[in-house]
Amino acid sequence: MFKRLPDCPATAVILTVDGRAIEAREGDSVAAALLAAGFAQTRQSAVSQSPRAPYCMMGVCFECMVTVDGVANRQGCMVPVREGMRIETLRGRREISA
Amino acid sequence: MSGHEFKDAYDVVVVGAGAAGLAAAAEIARAGLDTLLVDENAGPGGQIYRAITTTPVRKREILGDEFWNGAALVDEVRSSGASVTQTATVWSLDADLMLGISWGGRSRNVSARRVVVATGAMERPFPIPGWILPGVMTAGAVQTLLKSSGLLPAGRTVVAGTGPLLWLLSAQILRAGGAIDAILDTTPRGSLTRALPYASGFLLSPLFAKGLALRSEVMRKVRVVRHVTELVAAGGDKLETVTFATRQGAKATLPADALLLHQGVVPNTMLAMAAGVAHRWDERQLCWSPVLDQDGRSSIEGIFVAGDGAGIAGALAAELRGRLAGLAVVRDLRPGYESSETQSIRQKLQREERARPFLDVMFQPPREMRAPADDTIVCRCEEVTAGEVRKAARLGCAGPNQLKAFLRTGMGPCQGRLCGLTLTELLAEANGVAPGEVGHLRVRPPVKPISLSELAEMPVSEAATKAVVRG
Repeated sequence: MFKRLPDCPATAVILTVDGRAIEAREGDSVAAALLAAGFAQTRQSAVSQSPRAPYCMMGVCFECMVTVDGVANRQGCMVPVREGMRIETLRGRREISA
Repeated sequence: MSGHEFKDAYDVVVVGAGAAGLAAAAEIARAGLDTLLVDENAGPGGQIYRAITTTPVRKREILGDEFWNGAALVDEVRSSGASVTQTATVWSLDADLMLGISWGGRSRNVSARRVVVATGAMERPFPIPGWILPGVMTAGAVQTLLKSSGLLPAGRTVVAGTGPLLWLLSAQILRAGGAIDAILDTTPRGSLTRALPYASGFLLSPLFAKGLALRSEVMRKVRVVRHVTELVAAGGDKLETVTFATRQGAKATLPADALLLHQGVVPNTMLAMAAGVAHRWDERQLCWSPVLDQDGRSSIEGIFVAGDGAGIAGALAAELRGRLAGLAVVRDLRPGYESSETQSIRQKLQREERARPFLDVMFQPPREMRAPADDTIVCRCEEVTAGEVRKAARLGCAGPNQLKAFLRTGMGPCQGRLCGLTLTELLAEANGVAPGEVGHLRVRPPVKPISLSELAEMPVSEAATKAVVRG
C-alpha cells in the first residue's frame, strides 16, 4: 500500500496491466506504477508459484519481472512507464511455445 | 542526456552515473578525452542522488541537503563534453576492454582504451523467514519510490535492521508526512564497545553530529525496540504480521502491511567480477571488494573501479574516488597531464574514509541475520533454505560454485545477487573455514539477462563472421 505525496504534480500516463487500465505518473518505473495502483502481488515464482512483489527497486532482485509490450522477463523497476504501455504479470513457470 | 548511436570505440567508457561515475566522467571528458557515460536508470544520480533531475518531491527538507548536492555533479557532467546515455545496460565487460551494451532492445559491442566501473552498492541480503512475501521490501526500495515517484508507504509500516540508512529513510518518511509503527533495531548489544577503538576518526567527521541528530529526530516520533535478535515476517498471499524477539527475552507480534529491511549496503561487484577483476573478502564490511590501488586501478590493465563498488564509504567518498580514478585515466592517456587537485582530493578522501571503520563495526549486522536458521529461504529465486545449504556442506560441498550443482543456488534470474554473500558465509561456517577461502559465485556475462534474439542480432564484423563460417 502506497500513497502519492499531495504536492507532487506530474503528468498522468495510462498503461494497461493484464488488460486493465491503470494511471501512472511520468517518472514512475513500471514497478512503481504497479505498487501505486495497489497491486500487492506482481508475479508468481517459477519454483513454487509463490506470490512475489518488487523487493529492491534497483535492478538487483528480479522480483518485479513483467512482460512489457510483449517482451517477457523485463525488470519492472528499470523500465520507465510510457503512454499506452502493455504490461502482463508473470504466472509461474514460462511455457516454451512451438 | 539521451542518444543511442554508440560509436565502435571511445577513449573511455564509464559505467554507472552515480556519484563516482559522474565525477569520473566529468574529470575525463574535461581533459578532452572521448568519453561515454552509460547508466541503466532513467536519469543520472545512481541510488543516493536518484531522480535528482526529475524528482516530484518539492519540499527540499524531505530528502535533505545531502540529496540536493547531487545536482551540481550532474551539471558538471553536462558541461564536460561527455556523451551520456541512460537506460543502457552494460551486460558484459572483458579483459580486452570490450563492453556489451543493450539499449532499446538492441545490443552492440563498444571498445575502450580505459573503463571505469562505477556500479555502486546494493542492499546486503537480509534473509529472514518470510522475506519473500509481498509487502517486505528493502529500505532502499522505499527510498527509491519516494525520490522518483513521490510515493510513501500508506499502511502499517515496520522498519527493521541496522545502519545509518535505516534512520535516514525513517526520517524522510516522517518528514514527508508518513507514519512508522515501530523500528526494530537489530544492532547487537556491545556494538558500541566494539566500535569505540575506531571512534577517533568518526568523532571528527560531520557524520557523527548528523547521525545523532537523525536518530533523535526519529526517536521522538517512533517506538524503537533495541537488541532485536529474531525477526519473522508472516502472512498468506502478502505480509500480515512481523514477529520479533529481543535479547532480553521480550517477544511480540505486530500487524504490518509493509516491512522495510536494511542491514547495510555492499559493493555491487557483478560487472567487475565478470571481467575477471580480483576481489578479496573484507573482514570488517563482510563482503567482497575489488583489489585496487589508491587510484582505483584493478588487477586488469585498463579497468578502474570507483565509488561504493570499490568498498562502502558513502556518497562523498564515492565522488572523490571517481575523481581520482578519472584523473589517473587522464594521466594514462595524456602523458604529462597533471591536475593540481590530485593531492587535495586524496586528503579529502582520507578524511572521509577515516570515519568508516567505526560505522562498519558499530553497524555490523548480527550473525543470525546473515547466516539464518535452517528453515529460512536464502536463495529467493530457486527457493533454497539455509538448512539445505548446510546439508550440502555436510555432504562435502566446499564452495558456492559446486553448490550450484547440488541446489541450483544462484542460478535463477538474479544470478546470485541476493544469495551470494549468504552462501559464502553459510559454507564458511559449516566447513569451519574463512569466507575468503570459500570464495564467491563465478560471475559470467551476460550479467543482466538479454534475449537470444538480441544477441543474435548484434552487429558483427566481417572478420568475426569469417572466423566461424566455412567455405
